Amino acid sequence: MKITDMTAVELAAAIRAGQTTAVEAAEAMLDRIRERDPVYHCYVTVDREGALSQARAVQEKIAAGELGGPLAGVPVAVKDNLCTEGLLTTCASRMLQNFVPTYTAEAVVNLQRAGAVILGKTNMDEFAMGSTTETSAYGATKNPWNPAHVPGGSSGGSAAAVAAGECYYALGSDTGGSIRQPAAYCGMVGMKPTYGTVSRYGLIAYGSSLDQIGPLTKDVTDCAAVLETIASYDKKDSTSIRRQDTDFMSALTEDVKGLRIGIPNDYLKEGLEEEVRAAVLQAAEELARSGAVVERFDLSLAEYAIPAYYTIAAAEASSNLERFDGIKYGYRTKEYAGLHNMYKKSRSEGFGEEVKRRIMLGSFVLSSGYYDAYYLKALRVKALIKQAFDAAFARYDVILGPVAPTTAPKLGESLADPIRMYLGDIYTISVNLAGLPGISLPCGKDRQGLPIGLQLIGDCFQEKKLIRTAYTYEKILQAKQEGYRHEQTI
Amino acid sequence: MSKQYETVIGLEVHVELATKTKIFCGCSTAFGAAPNTQTCPVCTGMPGSLPVLNRQVLEYAIAVGLATNCEITRFAKFDRKNYFYPDNPQNYQISQLYLPICMNGRVEIETKDGGCKTVGIHEIHMEEDAGKLIHDEWEDCSLVDYNRSGVPLIEIVSEPDMRSAEEVIAYLEKLRLLIQYLGASDCKLQEGSMRADVNLSVREVGTTQFGTRTEMKNLNSFKAISRAIAGEAMRQIDLIESGEKVVQETRRWDDVKGESYAMRSKEDAQDYRYFPDPDLVPVAVSDEMLEKIRASQPEFRNEKRKRYKEEFGIPDYDIEIITEYKHMADLFEAAVAICGQPKKVSNWLMGETLRLMKETETDAQDLRFSPEHLAKLIRLVDEKVINGSVAKEVFEVMFEENVDPERYVEEKGLKTVSDEGALRKTIAEVIAANPQSVEDYRNGKEKAIGFLVGQTMKAMKGKADPAAVNRILREACAE
Repeated sequence: MKITDMTAVELAAAIRAGQTTAVEAAEAMLDRIRERDPVYHCYVTVDREGALSQARAVQEKIAAGELGGPLAGVPVAVKDNLCTEGLLTTCASRMLQNFVPTYTAEAVVNLQRAGAVILGKTNMDEFAMGSTTETSAYGATKNPWNPAHVPGGSSGGSAAAVAAGECYYALGSDTGGSIRQPAAYCGMVGMKPTYGTVSRYGLIAYGSSLDQIGPLTKDVTDCAAVLETIASYDKKDSTSIRRQDTDFMSALTEDVKGLRIGIPNDYLKEGLEEEVRAAVLQAAEELARSGAVVERFDLSLAEYAIPAYYTIAAAEASSNLERFDGIKYGYRTKEYAGLHNMYKKSRSEGFGEEVKRRIMLGSFVLSSGYYDAYYLKALRVKALIKQAFDAAFARYDVILGPVAPTTAPKLGESLADPIRMYLGDIYTISVNLAGLPGISLPCGKDRQGLPIGLQLIGDCFQEKKLIRTAYTYEKILQAKQEGYRHEQTI
Repeated sequence: MSKQYETVIGLEVHVELATKTKIFCGCSTAFGAAPNTQTCPVCTGMPGSLPVLNRQVLEYAIAVGLATNCEITRFAKFDRKNYFYPDNPQNYQISQLYLPICMNGRVEIETKDGGCKTVGIHEIHMEEDAGKLIHDEWEDCSLVDYNRSGVPLIEIVSEPDMRSAEEVIAYLEKLRLLIQYLGASDCKLQEGSMRADVNLSVREVGTTQFGTRTEMKNLNSFKAISRAIAGEAMRQIDLIESGEKVVQETRRWDDVKGESYAMRSKEDAQDYRYFPDPDLVPVAVSDEMLEKIRASQPEFRNEKRKRYKEEFGIPDYDIEIITEYKHMADLFEAAVAICGQPKKVSNWLMGETLRLMKETETDAQDLRFSPEHLAKLIRLVDEKVINGSVAKEVFEVMFEENVDPERYVEEKGLKTVSDEGALRKTIAEVIAANPQSVEDYRNGKEKAIGFLVGQTMKAMKGKADPAAVNRILREACAE
């Protein structure tokens, strides 16, 4: 097998076995990037020199037996909202066009300790606000399955980089579906862990109470390996949780006998494309055939998730993004008359349309006289949604449904109608509101050849059930389609 | 002025807590470092950084709340107060609005007539301080120092229960004393570790409704507070008398000019868009934690007063002065514990210490000498190693540099000359040199002996036991 066709875990094994080296792998990826990135534009920044020197250092440690985990020596791409010391971190915004952090996000530090080689920083929707990666100030990313289509977002650069074979795996962040939806559009595996599992230190916040970092990978095994590596308790993040059960690779078993799977009727209603619906129900049937008990049920409140999410996320974003003022770092307007004018011009010029829209929305829902009617009400809805999930998980181990109502739309279709774009998040955002883990994995393709995503949702801390179910389904799919690989090769 | 007016005052007091590190990061809070050397990504608002609460801040805030009879909120939250200003690196301040840590407290203050009055505490909340802006007029630019950014504060908000500047000062003194006794802050108005904003309105005596209030800032001494209260009350009364309305606004007091001017009115008040900070988890105060803090509350002034009277039998006046500052009371108790002579320790504090404090403008909390050294000094006098006037000399050096009196006396050769032969020899010389004074003494002029004692002490460079000098001189003159 060519090393470029390997998964992350396969590559690490080959490096350990001496069949290849971390340096060869890094060089292969850098060649791929040189070849393909002009078409797909997955990266904002490629760190050639840095990647090669990291690869050499890691290879030495592997040779010396100091490093040997499932990701040692494997090249990775990191979403550009995760701070990397000495490496440009832009959030795909003009506002941070010159921002070089002096610290590295904890999740990335965890990868580095495990011997990861960072290739560069991936494109995204500006400040993670968007579902298509078209709001990036540095141009849109294209879907490797069809460059006329979007890769999804906001972690579109990460998903597309994995799909285009421009890295072995990538990190993304998920506030309302930003890992799972691009994973679905690009035919990859993406997971948002339980809130608090991965430290947010060094993740440039969008909606702090909803943001989680997670993996985008070629298969479920890589997903478990990456999650196991990045999950950690971190004193620097007050919302970080001390967990003992982060040995996620132990859940890579084919066994769904007696597993109770619930499909919310709410997730199959109008708006859902027929092909997506059929593929998701087909997947459920396959799992049932393998011994899972599959039932339909009413989750309720699903239609309130979108307004509640956009109220809470925008409110937090409006405050989180206040620090970008042109005073200490980042973009500052050239000419201004006084402090107020400097703020106004720097922020007007530094932020894009979608970011400004959400800052205005968030400022409005927090303003005096509207706080109770919007923000507090949204928090109550959030609590009720959590209750609805609690009730569901009393009956089911896993909730199954689509990731998004459609497959990847064409470039330019979504931005014209932001409300429609927001509605596309309907199946993913409840998971963030309730702090639950969710995984997205491929379950077929539509007529156009675009991937369809299957979403599995678990109760808090039940990632292992998701990994077990996803792994079982992946094996079923691979048996059906001989030689099935998630990666698109052009 | 035909009508009788009453001034209604409430206070917002900010107190900088004496923690070693900042409220949400590990940076030092030490004062006076070079600009931006005590900073990190958290207190400079760098993207991706996250706040983590310093538990000591919470413990201090709860301790102050208990000392002011507050209810402690068992599930408190932090909120963001959003406003743009360069000294505020995130452009929001982390504070508490919806669920502050302490609520509904009260303190007793003493009034002028010796009576007692209760001032209600509306709430106490925790928050972070901002950085410091320096305007460089020469270069026409502004610079920011974030060393102070993230220094922990508590804000103590009183009810509008005070009616005069005297009551305001009694209230502030009471808070200062409680907080200093707790060790939660040094509470120095001049240095800004205690800052008070005065909310003031006036109304006709007998009415129950409040008038329109103004908030006054920039008050950095008790005197400035008194003057600002008098000035603002007069200004409001004048407005009302001339048929105008008081405008609800924030005013800045200029103590040099003795007047205030408007900073911003209620109309341009900003909408701070407060909401719970999603980066911080709610603060749950457990029974154990509360009990631990309650149990470690120190003995406050009133209890000390009572105990000092019973245990040490020193005068009420001394007790008042010694217990006014925790540091002084600690010094006293520690020195007494060593030497067992409360009256003598008290005398040193009431006499030389107060005199030197006044002379050198030193605050009681900045006294440098240790109780061990004071106790040693007392012992040196008791054992007649040095005499009283040498002791005062030594004490002055102790006051300045906290020297060990024993070593100092040794090094400087200040020990009393106990060799009576040497003393007799000197006295013989003094008598020979001053026949007139000896004559005067013999003729009954008691004063003359004082002169001769002085001459002898001078000749002995002060290192003689004055009692012995006196006795031998009298014997010698009588011969």
